[in-house]
Amino acid sequence: MSNSNKSEWPLWEVFIRSKAGLDHKHAGSLHAADAEMAIENARDVYTRRMEGVSIWVVESKNIHASDPDEADSLYDPANDKIYRHPTFYNLPDEVKYM
Amino acid sequence: MNSTKKLDYTLRLADGALILGHRLGEWCGHGPILEQDIALTNTALDHLGRARSLYQYAAEQFNLLPADDKKNAFTSVAIQNLISAGASVDEDDLAYLRDGWDFRNELLLEQPNIDWAYTAARSFFYDTFNYFFFTQLLRSKDESLSAIAEKSLKEVTYHMRWSSEWVVRLGDGTDESHTRMQQAVNELWMYTGELFSMSETDTTLLKEGIGADLAAIKPLWMERVRSVLDEATISIPVDAWMQHGGREGRHSEHLGYILAELQFMQRAYPGMEW
Repeated sequence: MSNSNKSEWPLWEVFIRSKAGLDHKHAGSLHAADAEMAIENARDVYTRRMEGVSIWVVESKNIHASDPDEADSLYDPANDKIYRHPTFYNLPDEVKYM
Repeated sequence: MNSTKKLDYTLRLADGALILGHRLGEWCGHGPILEQDIALTNTALDHLGRARSLYQYAAEQFNLLPADDKKNAFTSVAIQNLISAGASVDEDDLAYLRDGWDFRNELLLEQPNIDWAYTAARSFFYDTFNYFFFTQLLRSKDESLSAIAEKSLKEVTYHMRWSSEWVVRLGDGTDESHTRMQQAVNELWMYTGELFSMSETDTTLLKEGIGADLAAIKPLWMERVRSVLDEATISIPVDAWMQHGGREGRHSEHLGYILAELQFMQRAYPGMEW
């Protein structure tokens, strides 16, 4: 489909909101020459079966991600900090839906 | 009301949708990039969906015609055999059992894909026409046509956006893409006149409040086409002789090849389902 990286269109990440009031969720990625085409391609690739009512696209190079190699130091320390969950409060019976 | 004229009109719209849908479908699996392959196939299916609604409506009209009108509606052997046996016709019979001379689609729509520029330019001319055409047909006194117009207009609005953008992208792109788009526009221009010619059918149906006023659409089409081509830095061909004949069944050689591929299975294995 492409001869070299140079001639390839940039990669975009696609976020779809499935209905009004909900958040945009990452749906996948695609290639497009610019933002306008990225939205249209997203419409054609990711909303053909009525998956969405709103689309965000962002060029993949603009997304900065945490380093998977650092997962141990970044996320594991939260494992034993149960006091960060509000489970030690006594809720009055009148409070529902908590 | 002249019901054979309305049938003729419905079939013209159906044939146009089927033939362009087939042409765009030829790109399936051959698109320049996955995303555009899907985009174009979506559009092809929009056209086929519209073709189905229109063929269903045409079949409904045909089956209500008096016997004499039925006999004279088509000259293709396969469908004539069906009619003379007293059978009613359905959407598939209309699509698969008529030969080229019984097809009424405009010549523009059967022109080959050639490259992405021809494909985009051909769609651009027709999508723009469709946009104004279905906007008018919304007001048709015929409820079926008006309902089909309403559904189609949403699809066509997106088609026009897609094809207009590609005309601009290629026209205002590299030297090569510009050359190709200019060539496509030059070559296809002579087929655009047929879209606006008012036949007796058009005049009658317009008077009855059923059909659209093609003459009124022409300036709107021209204005929109001109502004997109300007943005694309593509020059508009000088008004030259326009090619006609598709609506009367006089087609280019290309239609025969399309029908050979499209109709083969039903002709070889009549009534086959899968």
